[in-house]
Amino acid sequence: MTKEIKAPCSRLEEILRAGHFAVTAELNPPDSADPEDVYRAARVLAEICDGINAVDASGANCHISSVAMCALLTRAGYEPVYQVTCRDRNRIAIQGDMLGAAAMGVLNVLCLTGDDVTAGDQPEAKRVFDFDSIQLLRTARMMRDEGVFLSGRKITTPPCFFLGAAANPFAPPHDWRPQRLAKKIAAGAQFIQTQYCFDIPRLKEYMKRVTDLGLDKQAFILAGVGPLKSAGAAEFMRSKVPGVVIPDNIVDRLKKTPKERQQEEGKKICIELIQEIREIDGVAGIHIMAYRQEELVADIVKQARLLPRPIK
Amino acid sequence: MFRWLQHFPHFLELLYDLFEVSLQPLKKWFKPGGSTEPFVIAVEKLGKGTVFNCQMCGQCILHSTGMTCPMNCPKHLRNGPCGGVRQNGHCEVKPEMKCVWVEAYSRSLKMPKYGHQFASLQPPMNNQLQGSSSWINMFYDIDTKLPAGWANTRDIPVNFIKEGQDD
Repeated sequence: MTKEIKAPCSRLEEILRAGHFAVTAELNPPDSADPEDVYRAARVLAEICDGINAVDASGANCHISSVAMCALLTRAGYEPVYQVTCRDRNRIAIQGDMLGAAAMGVLNVLCLTGDDVTAGDQPEAKRVFDFDSIQLLRTARMMRDEGVFLSGRKITTPPCFFLGAAANPFAPPHDWRPQRLAKKIAAGAQFIQTQYCFDIPRLKEYMKRVTDLGLDKQAFILAGVGPLKSAGAAEFMRSKVPGVVIPDNIVDRLKKTPKERQQEEGKKICIELIQEIREIDGVAGIHIMAYRQEELVADIVKQARLLPRPIK
Repeated sequence: MFRWLQHFPHFLELLYDLFEVSLQPLKKWFKPGGSTEPFVIAVEKLGKGTVFNCQMCGQCILHSTGMTCPMNCPKHLRNGPCGGVRQNGHCEVKPEMKCVWVEAYSRSLKMPKYGHQFASLQPPMNNQLQGSSSWINMFYDIDTKLPAGWANTRDIPVNFIKEGQDD
């Protein structure tokens, strides 16, 4: 991370480079053509985080597109993280959208493979996956650093992206996950947002290997967290949501709590997790994922003593 | 029928080397668009289909992926497993199927010659080659031709650990 910061620089990048513990949060796109629905959520999140992730058709369900949401957010002065998945668009569409997003002031891009179409409510759809996440990352970096499209054709004004990728420390083959992270960094990832981290011992093990490889010095790693609404929701997430691991002790803790207090307990667990994660060597921040519960996210950030945020 | 052969990746990598050498004298019959092409395609389809469930992408990277065809991954990933792999090592999309990449990883650990290539960065696919013969494409360097932008981009140096333990 010795590379000089190009102007304009994303606020998220500045905060991370300054050594602050960063906070990003997910904004799940509304099913609405009213921009106010995006702004209502953004207003809450902007107060408590350094970057708002504009999710690309979360869980392979159709919502307002992430590029459009980013355009709305930049227009109002917010700091979005543009999530791009490979599921729905081929390389021509993706490169065009990335350039368009850059023209609208988007500076952070998160490159993802994306959930499969079968995870959503339109499983009959055609899956694209023309790129995988690593090819997507390297293409985005190529557009920025070399100023060309994949074909080699020149881009008059190249985008200034701060590039991100996802990591799942908890999915098999566990041994290879740190090397997969290395591969993503080699392709161009400058920041990493991980899958939900509930299994702290395993996260520590993963981070130990990541720091041994020196990868935390080459990219900023933001650990993913999120509140569990109830014991039922925890069971659903660990059995139905791809790649999410929730240890028994957390589910048991929720089960032992009376139903009406489970949401409060889930929030408490989330705050405790954030505090534990903060102590882990190599973690540069957290990424909070809570489906359409912006107020709850704000509460968590406040109670985890992550306020005030460095730059506003 | 011959899928069990995939459990012997080291044997397959030796066979791969042997096969590559033994194909050389046949080069004059292996021409893109030549009259023998349909025959070559049929043989490749039969041979690699039986053992690897080959999908005829025309740009074979079997030796870099633990002699496991990555095109059997429902997301057609070429650079390793996605984050959706289940805890039992099965596929996110097809729960009854073992993740192609979990198989590929453990097999590549048993391949002294090409195992390390598991870490290499695979370029975007050339979709024009779907259905063509990767043998012919290999002879004429058709499969290694990269988009100009991709080819001219430098990689960021990162420390890779080549060895790993079996998962």
